[in-house]
Amino acid sequence: MSSSAAPSSGSGQPRSYIEVDRVAKRYRAQHSTPVDAIREVNLSIDKGEFVSIVGPSGCGKSTLLKIIGRLTAPSSGSITYYDGGAPIERPRIGMVFQDAVLLPWRTVMDNVMLPVEVAGVDMEVGRQRALDLLALVGLAGFGDKYPHELSGGMQQRASISRALVTDPGLLLMDEPFGALDALTREHMGLELQRIWSESRKTVIFVTHSISEAVFLSDRVIVMSDRPSTISMDVRIDLPRPRTFEMMATPQFGTQVTEIRNKLLAKTEF
Amino acid sequence: MTKTPAGSRLARLATDPGNILSLVCFVALMTVWELGTRYGYVAAYLLPPPSEIVAQMARDLTSPVVQRDIFTTISEILIGLALGAMLGISLGAAIALFPLVEKVVWPYIVTMQTIPKIAVAPLIIIWAGFGIQSKILIVMMICFFPILVNAVAGFKGTDSRQILLMQIIGANAWQTFVKVRLPQAVPFLIAGFRIAVVLSVIGAVVGEFLGATHGVGSLIIRRQAEMKVSGVFSAVFILSMVGLTLNFAVKLAARKYAFWAETSNQLNT
Repeated sequence: MSSSAAPSSGSGQPRSYIEVDRVAKRYRAQHSTPVDAIREVNLSIDKGEFVSIVGPSGCGKSTLLKIIGRLTAPSSGSITYYDGGAPIERPRIGMVFQDAVLLPWRTVMDNVMLPVEVAGVDMEVGRQRALDLLALVGLAGFGDKYPHELSGGMQQRASISRALVTDPGLLLMDEPFGALDALTREHMGLELQRIWSESRKTVIFVTHSISEAVFLSDRVIVMSDRPSTISMDVRIDLPRPRTFEMMATPQFGTQVTEIRNKLLAKTEF
Repeated sequence: MTKTPAGSRLARLATDPGNILSLVCFVALMTVWELGTRYGYVAAYLLPPPSEIVAQMARDLTSPVVQRDIFTTISEILIGLALGAMLGISLGAAIALFPLVEKVVWPYIVTMQTIPKIAVAPLIIIWAGFGIQSKILIVMMICFFPILVNAVAGFKGTDSRQILLMQIIGANAWQTFVKVRLPQAVPFLIAGFRIAVVLSVIGAVVGEFLGATHGVGSLIIRRQAEMKVSGVFSAVFILSMVGLTLNFAVKLAARKYAFWAETSNQLNT
Protein backbone atom coordinates (compact mmCIF):
# COMPACT_ATOMS: atom_id res chain seq x y z
CA MET A 1 0.00 0.00 0.00
CA SER A 2 2.85 2.36 0.67
CA SER A 3 6.28 2.76 -0.76
CA SER A 4 9.03 5.31 -0.48
CA ALA A 5 9.57 7.43 -3.55
CA ALA A 6 11.89 5.88 -6.07
CA PRO A 7 13.95 7.93 -8.52
CA SER A 8 12.28 7.64 -11.90
CA SER A 9 15.32 8.22 -14.03
CA GLY A 10 15.48 4.72 -15.51
CA SER A 11 15.86 5.00 -19.25
CA GLY A 12 13.36 2.36 -20.36
CA GLN A 13 10.54 3.33 -17.98
CA PRO A 14 7.42 5.00 -19.34
CA ARG A 15 7.34 8.69 -18.41
CA SER A 16 4.58 10.04 -16.23
CA TYR A 17 2.83 13.34 -16.98
CA ILE A 18 5.02 15.26 -14.51
CA GLU A 19 8.52 14.10 -13.57
CA VAL A 20 10.12 15.87 -10.61
CA ASP A 21 13.76 14.86 -10.70
CA ARG A 22 16.08 15.47 -7.71
CA VAL A 23 14.65 18.89 -7.01
CA ALA A 24 16.28 20.91 -4.23
CA LYS A 25 15.68 24.48 -3.08
CA ARG A 26 18.05 26.57 -1.04
CA TYR A 27 17.21 30.11 0.01
CA ARG A 28 20.14 32.46 0.25
CA ALA A 29 19.77 34.88 3.11
CA GLN A 30 21.87 38.00 2.86
CA HIS A 31 23.75 37.97 6.16
CA SER A 32 23.20 34.46 7.46
CA THR A 33 23.77 30.91 6.35
CA PRO A 34 21.63 29.71 3.46
CA VAL A 35 18.46 27.80 4.37
CA ASP A 36 17.76 24.45 2.76
CA ALA A 37 14.01 24.34 2.20
CA ILE A 38 13.92 21.19 0.09
CA ARG A 39 16.78 18.69 0.16
CA GLU A 40 15.78 16.33 -2.60
CA VAL A 41 12.43 15.43 -4.06
CA ASN A 42 11.73 12.84 -6.72
CA LEU A 43 8.13 12.47 -7.79
CA SER A 44 6.13 11.15 -10.74
CA ILE A 45 2.55 12.23 -11.24
CA ASP A 46 0.24 10.66 -13.81
CA LYS A 47 -2.24 12.49 -15.95
CA GLY A 48 -5.62 12.83 -14.24
CA GLU A 49 -4.21 11.92 -10.85
CA PHE A 50 -5.31 13.70 -7.67
CA VAL A 51 -2.21 13.99 -5.49
CA SER A 52 -2.11 15.62 -2.06
CA ILE A 53 0.98 16.85 -0.28
CA VAL A 54 0.93 16.94 3.52
CA GLY A 55 3.70 17.80 5.94
CA PRO A 56 4.62 19.94 8.94
CA SER A 57 4.37 23.72 8.74
CA GLY A 58 7.18 25.36 6.82
CA CYS A 59 8.36 22.12 5.24
CA GLY A 60 8.35 23.59 1.77
CA LYS A 61 5.06 22.18 0.45
CA SER A 62 4.06 25.47 -1.13
CA THR A 63 7.58 25.96 -2.46
CA LEU A 64 7.44 22.54 -4.13
CA LEU A 65 4.07 23.46 -5.63
CA LYS A 66 5.50 26.67 -7.09
CA ILE A 67 8.53 24.82 -8.44
CA ILE A 68 6.27 22.29 -10.15
CA GLY A 69 4.28 25.17 -11.67
CA ARG A 70 7.58 26.77 -12.78
CA LEU A 71 6.77 29.89 -10.77
CA THR A 72 9.97 29.49 -8.76
CA ALA A 73 13.19 28.01 -10.07
CA PRO A 74 14.69 25.09 -8.13
CA SER A 75 18.30 25.41 -6.93
CA SER A 76 19.02 22.10 -8.59
CA GLY A 77 17.11 19.31 -10.28
CA SER A 78 14.44 19.56 -12.94
CA ILE A 79 10.72 19.44 -13.67
CA THR A 80 9.71 17.89 -16.96
CA TYR A 81 6.25 17.45 -18.44
CA TYR A 82 5.60 14.52 -20.76
CA ASP A 83 2.86 13.55 -23.12
CA GLY A 84 3.03 10.02 -24.52
CA GLY A 85 6.65 9.68 -23.45
CA ALA A 86 7.85 12.84 -25.22
CA PRO A 87 8.70 16.00 -23.25
CA ILE A 88 6.30 18.90 -23.76
CA GLU A 89 6.05 22.56 -22.76
CA ARG A 90 4.59 23.40 -19.37
CA PRO A 91 0.84 22.97 -19.75
CA ARG A 92 -1.54 25.77 -18.87
CA ILE A 93 -1.91 25.95 -15.10
CA GLY A 94 -4.80 26.89 -12.87
CA MET A 95 -4.00 27.84 -9.30
CA VAL A 96 -6.14 28.18 -6.20
CA PHE A 97 -4.66 29.89 -3.15
CA GLN A 98 -5.58 29.79 0.52
CA ASP A 99 -7.49 33.03 -0.03
CA ALA A 100 -9.60 33.44 -3.12
CA VAL A 101 -7.45 36.38 -4.38
CA LEU A 102 -10.32 37.80 -6.39
CA LEU A 103 -9.82 41.31 -7.76
CA PRO A 104 -12.25 43.37 -5.65
CA TRP A 105 -13.02 45.88 -8.43
CA ARG A 106 -14.24 43.16 -10.79
CA THR A 107 -17.52 41.28 -10.66
CA VAL A 108 -17.43 37.52 -10.09
CA MET A 109 -17.94 36.94 -13.81
CA ASP A 110 -15.14 39.34 -14.75
CA ASN A 111 -12.86 37.68 -12.23
CA VAL A 112 -13.52 34.26 -13.74
CA MET A 113 -12.91 35.77 -17.19
CA LEU A 114 -9.53 37.24 -16.23
CA PRO A 115 -7.42 34.29 -17.50
CA VAL A 116 -9.44 34.26 -20.73
CA GLU A 117 -8.70 37.97 -21.29
CA VAL A 118 -5.03 37.47 -20.60
CA ALA A 119 -4.70 34.38 -22.78
CA GLY A 120 -6.43 36.23 -25.61
CA VAL A 121 -8.62 33.27 -26.53
CA ASP A 122 -12.13 33.59 -27.92
CA MET A 123 -14.10 35.75 -25.44
CA GLU A 124 -17.48 34.27 -26.39
CA VAL A 125 -16.29 30.70 -25.88
CA GLY A 126 -14.66 31.81 -22.64
CA ARG A 127 -17.84 33.53 -21.45
CA GLN A 128 -19.89 30.41 -22.06
CA ARG A 129 -17.30 28.29 -20.27
CA ALA A 130 -17.24 30.73 -17.35
CA LEU A 131 -21.04 30.49 -17.08
CA ASP A 132 -20.85 26.69 -17.13
CA LEU A 133 -18.14 26.66 -14.47
CA LEU A 134 -20.02 29.08 -12.23
CA ALA A 135 -22.97 26.72 -12.49
CA LEU A 136 -20.68 23.76 -11.78
CA VAL A 137 -19.43 25.31 -8.53
CA GLY A 138 -22.94 26.36 -7.51
CA LEU A 139 -22.62 30.07 -8.28
CA ALA A 140 -25.09 30.33 -11.14
CA GLY A 141 -26.68 33.78 -11.01
CA PHE A 142 -23.90 35.31 -8.92
CA GLY A 143 -21.85 36.52 -11.90
CA ASP A 144 -22.85 40.17 -11.44
CA LYS A 145 -22.01 40.28 -7.73
CA TYR A 146 -18.79 41.75 -6.41
CA PRO A 147 -16.44 39.59 -4.29
CA HIS A 148 -17.22 41.45 -1.06
CA GLU A 149 -20.86 40.48 -1.48
CA LEU A 150 -19.98 36.75 -1.29
CA SER A 151 -19.10 34.54 1.69
CA GLY A 152 -15.60 33.09 2.01
CA GLY A 153 -16.72 29.72 0.67
CA MET A 154 -18.44 31.29 -2.33
CA GLN A 155 -15.37 33.40 -3.08
CA GLN A 156 -13.23 30.28 -3.04
CA ARG A 157 -15.63 28.54 -5.45
CA ALA A 158 -15.36 31.53 -7.78
CA SER A 159 -11.59 31.21 -7.65
CA ILE A 160 -11.87 27.51 -8.55
CA SER A 161 -13.97 28.50 -11.58
CA ARG A 162 -11.30 31.01 -12.52
CA ALA A 163 -8.60 28.34 -12.23
CA LEU A 164 -10.53 26.02 -14.57
CA VAL A 165 -11.77 28.55 -17.14
CA THR A 166 -8.93 28.17 -19.64
CA ASP A 167 -9.14 24.37 -19.38
CA PRO A 168 -5.67 23.98 -17.82
CA GLY A 169 -3.76 20.71 -17.90
CA LEU A 170 -2.80 21.03 -14.26
CA LEU A 171 -4.56 22.43 -11.21
CA LEU A 172 -2.38 23.53 -8.29
CA MET A 173 -4.17 24.06 -5.00
CA ASP A 174 -2.28 25.59 -2.09
CA GLU A 175 -4.31 24.95 1.07
CA PRO A 176 -7.43 26.14 -0.73
CA PHE A 177 -9.80 25.49 2.17
CA GLY A 178 -7.44 26.61 4.94
CA ALA A 179 -9.28 29.88 5.55
CA LEU A 180 -12.76 28.34 5.72
CA ASP A 181 -14.70 27.17 8.77
CA ALA A 182 -14.83 23.41 9.44
CA LEU A 183 -18.32 22.82 8.07
CA THR A 184 -17.79 24.83 4.87
CA ARG A 185 -14.47 23.09 4.47
CA GLU A 186 -15.96 19.59 4.50
CA HIS A 187 -18.64 20.69 2.08
CA MET A 188 -16.04 22.22 -0.25
CA GLY A 189 -14.10 18.93 -0.18
CA LEU A 190 -17.16 17.11 -1.41
CA GLU A 191 -17.71 19.78 -4.08
CA LEU A 192 -14.11 19.57 -5.23
CA GLN A 193 -14.38 15.80 -5.61
CA ARG A 194 -17.46 16.28 -7.78
CA ILE A 195 -15.75 18.98 -9.87
CA TRP A 196 -12.65 16.82 -10.26
CA SER A 197 -14.64 13.73 -11.27
CA GLU A 198 -16.34 15.81 -13.99
CA SER A 199 -13.22 17.56 -15.27
CA ARG A 200 -10.59 14.85 -14.58
CA LYS A 201 -7.80 17.37 -14.19
CA THR A 202 -4.42 16.48 -12.78
CA VAL A 203 -4.54 18.06 -9.33
CA ILE A 204 -1.76 18.74 -6.83
CA PHE A 205 -3.36 19.67 -3.53
CA VAL A 206 -1.37 21.01 -0.57
CA THR A 207 -3.12 20.71 2.80
CA HIS A 208 -2.56 20.52 6.55
CA SER A 209 -5.49 18.19 7.02
CA ILE A 210 -4.64 14.50 6.73
CA SER A 211 -8.28 13.42 6.56
CA GLU A 212 -8.96 15.98 3.81
CA ALA A 213 -5.99 14.58 1.87
CA VAL A 214 -7.14 10.97 2.27
CA PHE A 215 -10.72 11.89 1.42
CA LEU A 216 -9.83 13.59 -1.86
CA SER A 217 -6.72 11.90 -3.22
CA ASP A 218 -5.52 9.01 -5.31
CA ARG A 219 -2.17 9.45 -3.61
CA VAL A 220 -0.91 11.25 -0.55
CA ILE A 221 2.69 12.46 -0.43
CA VAL A 222 4.08 13.02 3.08
CA MET A 223 6.96 15.45 3.34
CA SER A 224 9.46 15.51 6.18
CA ASP A 225 10.55 18.52 8.21
CA ARG A 226 13.04 21.00 6.67
CA PRO A 227 15.24 20.32 4.74
CA SER A 228 12.45 18.23 3.37
CA THR A 229 12.25 15.10 1.32
CA ILE A 230 9.37 12.78 0.61
CA SER A 231 9.08 10.48 3.61
CA MET A 232 6.02 8.56 2.42
CA ASP A 233 3.98 8.06 -0.73
CA VAL A 234 0.64 6.41 0.00
CA ARG A 235 -1.90 5.20 -2.55
CA ILE A 236 -5.48 5.67 -1.39
CA ASP A 237 -7.60 2.82 -2.69
CA LEU A 238 -10.94 3.85 -1.24
CA PRO A 239 -13.75 3.59 -3.80
CA ARG A 240 -15.17 6.73 -5.39
CA PRO A 241 -17.32 8.71 -5.10
CA ARG A 242 -16.28 9.14 -1.50
CA THR A 243 -18.84 10.18 1.08
CA PHE A 244 -18.87 11.58 4.60
CA GLU A 245 -20.05 8.11 5.81
CA MET A 246 -16.86 6.64 4.42
CA MET A 247 -14.85 8.82 6.79
CA ALA A 248 -16.24 6.70 9.64
CA THR A 249 -15.04 3.38 8.18
CA PRO A 250 -12.01 1.51 9.63
CA GLN A 251 -10.29 1.56 6.21
CA PHE A 252 -10.34 5.35 6.15
CA GLY A 253 -9.20 5.52 9.77
CA THR A 254 -6.30 3.14 9.12
CA GLN A 255 -4.91 5.26 6.29
CA VAL A 256 -5.27 8.49 8.24
CA THR A 257 -3.54 6.93 11.25
CA GLU A 258 -0.71 5.54 9.15
CA ILE A 259 0.02 8.99 7.73
CA ARG A 260 -0.39 10.74 11.06
CA ASN A 261 2.10 8.36 12.74
CA LYS A 262 4.63 9.02 10.03
CA LEU A 263 4.20 12.77 10.45
CA LEU A 264 4.36 12.62 14.26
CA ALA A 265 7.49 10.45 14.24
CA LYS A 266 9.36 12.98 12.15
CA THR A 267 8.12 16.19 13.69
CA GLU A 268 9.58 17.97 16.68
CA PHE A 269 7.14 20.06 18.64
CA MET B 1 -38.29 58.04 -12.67
CA THR B 2 -36.43 57.23 -9.48
CA LYS B 3 -38.52 59.60 -7.48
CA THR B 4 -39.02 57.48 -4.40
CA PRO B 5 -35.37 57.02 -3.31
CA ALA B 6 -34.47 60.63 -4.09
CA GLY B 7 -37.57 61.87 -2.29
CA SER B 8 -36.95 59.73 0.76
CA ARG B 9 -33.33 60.84 0.83
CA LEU B 10 -34.40 64.47 0.75
CA ALA B 11 -36.91 63.73 3.50
CA ARG B 12 -34.17 62.13 5.57
CA LEU B 13 -31.87 65.14 5.06
CA ALA B 14 -34.66 67.54 5.97
CA THR B 15 -35.57 65.76 9.21
CA ASP B 16 -32.02 65.18 10.47
CA PRO B 17 -31.65 67.25 13.68
CA GLY B 18 -28.04 68.12 12.85
CA ASN B 19 -29.04 69.48 9.46
CA ILE B 20 -31.93 71.46 10.91
CA LEU B 21 -29.66 73.02 13.52
CA SER B 22 -27.07 73.80 10.87
CA LEU B 23 -29.70 75.57 8.77
CA VAL B 24 -30.96 77.51 11.79
CA CYS B 25 -27.42 78.72 12.50
CA PHE B 26 -26.98 79.80 8.88
CA VAL B 27 -30.22 81.77 8.85
CA ALA B 28 -29.38 83.38 12.22
CA LEU B 29 -25.92 84.41 11.03
CA MET B 30 -27.26 85.87 7.79
CA THR B 31 -29.94 87.78 9.67
CA VAL B 32 -27.45 89.30 12.11
CA TRP B 33 -25.11 90.18 9.25
CA GLU B 34 -27.91 91.67 7.13
CA LEU B 35 -29.41 93.73 9.97
CA GLY B 36 -26.00 94.72 11.37
CA THR B 37 -24.89 96.27 8.10
CA ARG B 38 -28.28 97.62 7.09
CA TYR B 39 -28.69 99.58 10.34
CA GLY B 40 -25.16 100.93 10.31
CA TYR B 41 -23.43 98.97 13.06
CA VAL B 42 -20.78 98.07 10.46
CA ALA B 43 -19.91 100.37 7.57
CA ALA B 44 -21.49 98.96 4.41
CA TYR B 45 -18.49 99.87 2.28
CA LEU B 46 -16.37 97.58 4.51
CA LEU B 47 -18.90 94.76 4.89
CA PRO B 48 -21.86 94.85 2.51
CA PRO B 49 -25.07 93.05 3.57
CA PRO B 50 -25.58 89.49 2.22
CA SER B 51 -28.49 90.63 0.05
CA GLU B 52 -26.18 93.00 -1.81
CA ILE B 53 -23.57 90.23 -2.29
CA VAL B 54 -26.25 87.91 -3.68
CA ALA B 55 -27.44 90.63 -6.05
CA GLN B 56 -23.84 91.22 -7.15
CA MET B 57 -23.35 87.49 -7.78
CA ALA B 58 -26.48 87.40 -9.93
CA ARG B 59 -25.12 90.33 -11.99
CA ASP B 60 -21.67 88.71 -12.21
CA LEU B 61 -22.92 85.34 -13.39
CA THR B 62 -24.76 86.98 -16.29
CA SER B 63 -22.02 89.45 -17.18
CA PRO B 64 -19.93 88.43 -20.23
CA VAL B 65 -16.81 90.01 -18.70
CA VAL B 66 -17.05 88.00 -15.50
CA GLN B 67 -18.06 84.90 -17.43
CA ARG B 68 -14.83 85.20 -19.35
CA ASP B 69 -12.92 85.50 -16.08
CA ILE B 70 -14.61 82.38 -14.74
CA PHE B 71 -13.95 80.50 -17.96
CA THR B 72 -10.26 81.52 -17.86
CA THR B 73 -9.81 80.36 -14.27
CA ILE B 74 -11.61 77.07 -14.85
CA SER B 75 -9.44 76.44 -17.94
CA GLU B 76 -6.28 77.09 -15.95
CA ILE B 77 -7.44 74.74 -13.21
CA LEU B 78 -8.54 71.90 -15.49
CA ILE B 79 -5.56 71.99 -17.85
CA GLY B 80 -3.08 72.38 -14.98
CA LEU B 81 -4.75 69.61 -13.04
CA ALA B 82 -4.73 67.29 -16.05
CA LEU B 83 -1.04 67.95 -16.78
CA GLY B 84 -0.05 67.62 -13.13
CA ALA B 85 -2.01 64.37 -12.87
CA MET B 86 -0.45 62.92 -16.02
CA LEU B 87 3.02 63.79 -14.84
CA GLY B 88 2.36 62.67 -11.25
CA ILE B 89 0.74 59.38 -12.18
CA SER B 90 3.36 58.38 -14.76
CA LEU B 91 6.32 59.38 -12.61
CA GLY B 92 4.65 57.78 -9.57
CA ALA B 93 4.23 54.51 -11.46
CA ALA B 94 7.85 54.63 -12.64
CA ILE B 95 9.11 55.29 -9.10
CA ALA B 96 6.99 52.49 -7.64
CA LEU B 97 7.88 49.91 -10.29
CA PHE B 98 11.53 50.65 -11.08
CA PRO B 99 13.88 50.80 -8.05
CA LEU B 100 16.52 52.60 -10.13
CA VAL B 101 14.15 55.45 -10.96
CA GLU B 102 13.21 55.70 -7.30
CA LYS B 103 16.85 55.86 -6.26
CA VAL B 104 17.68 58.58 -8.76
CA VAL B 105 14.56 60.73 -8.52
CA TRP B 106 13.36 60.42 -4.92
CA PRO B 107 15.95 62.71 -3.26
CA TYR B 108 14.92 65.52 -5.63
CA ILE B 109 11.25 64.91 -4.91
CA VAL B 110 11.80 65.05 -1.16
CA THR B 111 13.83 68.26 -1.47
CA MET B 112 11.33 69.94 -3.78
CA GLN B 113 8.46 68.95 -1.54
CA THR B 114 9.85 71.11 1.25
CA ILE B 115 9.69 74.19 -0.99
CA PRO B 116 6.38 76.05 -0.68
CA LYS B 117 5.32 75.86 -4.33
CA ILE B 118 3.55 79.23 -4.14
CA ALA B 119 6.93 80.87 -3.39
CA VAL B 120 8.14 79.83 -6.85
CA ALA B 121 5.09 81.31 -8.60
CA PRO B 122 6.69 84.78 -9.22
CA LEU B 123 9.53 83.02 -11.08
CA ILE B 124 7.05 81.22 -13.27
CA ILE B 125 5.35 84.54 -14.12
CA ILE B 126 8.77 85.85 -15.20
CA TRP B 127 9.42 82.79 -17.33
CA ALA B 128 5.99 82.17 -18.82
CA GLY B 129 4.45 85.65 -18.88
CA PHE B 130 1.09 87.09 -17.81
CA GLY B 131 -1.01 84.81 -19.98
CA ILE B 132 -2.84 81.62 -19.17
CA GLN B 133 0.33 79.50 -19.60
CA SER B 134 2.01 80.67 -16.40
CA LYS B 135 -1.13 79.89 -14.35
CA ILE B 136 -1.39 76.44 -15.92
CA LEU B 137 2.22 75.82 -14.93
CA ILE B 138 1.60 76.98 -11.37
CA VAL B 139 -1.50 74.78 -11.02
CA MET B 140 0.38 71.86 -12.54
CA MET B 141 3.30 72.28 -10.15
CA ILE B 142 1.09 72.58 -7.10
CA CYS B 143 -1.09 69.55 -8.05
CA PHE B 144 1.82 67.38 -9.07
CA PHE B 145 3.11 66.52 -5.59
CA PRO B 146 0.01 65.21 -3.81
CA ILE B 147 -0.86 63.14 -6.87
CA LEU B 148 2.69 61.82 -7.18
CA VAL B 149 2.96 60.82 -3.52
CA ASN B 150 -0.38 59.02 -3.62
CA ALA B 151 0.44 57.37 -6.95
CA VAL B 152 3.67 55.95 -5.50
CA ALA B 153 1.77 54.58 -2.49
CA GLY B 154 -0.95 53.19 -4.76
CA PHE B 155 1.31 51.46 -7.24
CA LYS B 156 3.48 50.06 -4.46
CA GLY B 157 0.50 48.74 -2.54
CA THR B 158 -0.21 45.89 -4.94
CA ASP B 159 -1.03 42.55 -3.32
CA SER B 160 1.82 40.16 -4.15
CA ARG B 161 -0.65 37.28 -4.48
CA GLN B 162 -2.48 39.15 -7.23
CA ILE B 163 0.83 39.53 -9.05
CA LEU B 164 1.54 35.81 -8.60
CA LEU B 165 -1.91 35.08 -10.01
CA MET B 166 -1.16 37.17 -13.10
CA GLN B 167 2.14 35.33 -13.47
CA ILE B 168 0.36 31.96 -13.33
CA ILE B 169 -2.18 32.85 -15.98
CA GLY B 170 0.70 33.96 -18.20
CA ALA B 171 0.13 37.72 -18.13
CA ASN B 172 2.89 40.00 -19.43
CA ALA B 173 4.04 43.11 -17.58
CA TRP B 174 1.65 45.41 -19.47
CA GLN B 175 -1.39 43.20 -18.79
CA THR B 176 -0.43 43.03 -15.11
CA PHE B 177 -0.17 46.82 -15.04
CA VAL B 178 -3.49 47.49 -16.75
CA LYS B 179 -5.53 44.76 -15.06
CA VAL B 180 -4.07 44.79 -11.53
CA ARG B 181 -1.66 47.58 -10.65
CA LEU B 182 -3.62 50.47 -12.15
CA PRO B 183 -7.13 49.64 -10.86
CA GLN B 184 -5.57 48.81 -7.50
CA ALA B 185 -4.02 52.29 -7.37
CA VAL B 186 -7.22 54.16 -8.30
CA PRO B 187 -8.45 54.80 -4.72
CA PHE B 188 -5.04 56.30 -3.92
CA LEU B 189 -5.10 58.42 -7.07
CA ILE B 190 -8.54 59.71 -6.11
CA ALA B 191 -7.25 60.57 -2.63
CA GLY B 192 -4.46 62.52 -4.34
CA PHE B 193 -6.99 64.30 -6.56
CA ARG B 194 -9.01 65.36 -3.55
CA ILE B 195 -6.05 67.32 -2.24
CA ALA B 196 -4.96 68.50 -5.69
CA VAL B 197 -8.40 69.93 -6.50
CA VAL B 198 -8.30 72.23 -3.47
CA LEU B 199 -4.73 73.29 -4.21
CA SER B 200 -5.46 73.87 -7.91
CA VAL B 201 -7.94 76.68 -7.13
CA ILE B 202 -5.40 78.30 -4.80
CA GLY B 203 -2.69 77.96 -7.45
CA ALA B 204 -4.77 79.57 -10.20
CA VAL B 205 -5.90 82.48 -8.02
CA VAL B 206 -2.46 83.22 -6.59
CA GLY B 207 -1.03 83.07 -10.10
CA GLU B 208 -3.61 85.61 -11.22
CA PHE B 209 -2.87 87.85 -8.22
CA LEU B 210 0.74 88.03 -9.36
CA GLY B 211 -0.17 89.27 -12.79
CA ALA B 212 -2.94 88.44 -15.20
CA THR B 213 -5.34 90.12 -17.56
CA HIS B 214 -8.21 87.67 -17.03
CA GLY B 215 -9.45 85.29 -14.38
CA VAL B 216 -11.40 85.44 -11.14
CA GLY B 217 -8.19 86.16 -9.23
CA SER B 218 -7.49 89.22 -11.35
CA LEU B 219 -11.16 90.21 -10.98
CA ILE B 220 -10.62 90.26 -7.20
CA ILE B 221 -7.55 92.47 -7.62
CA ARG B 222 -9.42 94.86 -9.93
CA ARG B 223 -12.31 95.15 -7.49
CA GLN B 224 -9.94 95.57 -4.56
CA ALA B 225 -8.45 98.57 -6.38
CA GLU B 226 -11.97 100.01 -6.75
CA MET B 227 -12.77 99.24 -3.07
CA LYS B 228 -15.76 97.30 -4.35
CA VAL B 229 -16.10 94.92 -1.40
CA SER B 230 -19.36 93.26 -2.49
CA GLY B 231 -17.65 92.50 -5.84
CA VAL B 232 -14.74 90.83 -4.01
CA PHE B 233 -17.17 88.77 -1.95
CA SER B 234 -19.04 87.75 -5.09
CA ALA B 235 -15.79 86.62 -6.76
CA VAL B 236 -14.78 84.68 -3.66
CA PHE B 237 -18.11 82.84 -3.57
CA ILE B 238 -17.82 82.09 -7.29
CA LEU B 239 -14.40 80.50 -6.60
CA SER B 240 -15.95 78.53 -3.79
CA MET B 241 -18.60 77.24 -6.21
CA VAL B 242 -15.87 76.15 -8.62
CA GLY B 243 -14.09 74.31 -5.80
CA LEU B 244 -17.30 72.63 -4.64
CA THR B 245 -18.09 71.46 -8.17
CA LEU B 246 -14.61 69.95 -8.60
CA ASN B 247 -14.86 68.30 -5.22
CA PHE B 248 -18.23 66.84 -6.16
CA ALA B 249 -16.78 65.47 -9.42
CA VAL B 250 -14.01 63.70 -7.48
CA LYS B 251 -16.64 62.27 -5.12
CA LEU B 252 -18.59 60.89 -8.07
CA ALA B 253 -15.41 59.35 -9.48
CA ALA B 254 -14.70 57.75 -6.09
CA ARG B 255 -18.18 56.27 -5.96
CA LYS B 256 -17.78 54.83 -9.44
CA TYR B 257 -14.18 53.63 -9.45
CA ALA B 258 -13.16 53.15 -5.82
CA PHE B 259 -16.35 51.71 -4.33
CA TRP B 260 -14.54 48.46 -3.54
CA ALA B 261 -11.78 49.99 -1.45
CA GLU B 262 -11.98 50.54 2.28
CA THR B 263 -10.52 54.00 1.84
CA SER B 264 -13.43 54.90 -0.42
CA ASN B 265 -15.62 55.07 2.69
CA GLN B 266 -13.56 58.03 3.77
CA LEU B 267 -13.63 59.40 0.24
CA ASN B 268 -17.41 59.28 0.12
CA THR B 269 -17.97 61.35 3.23
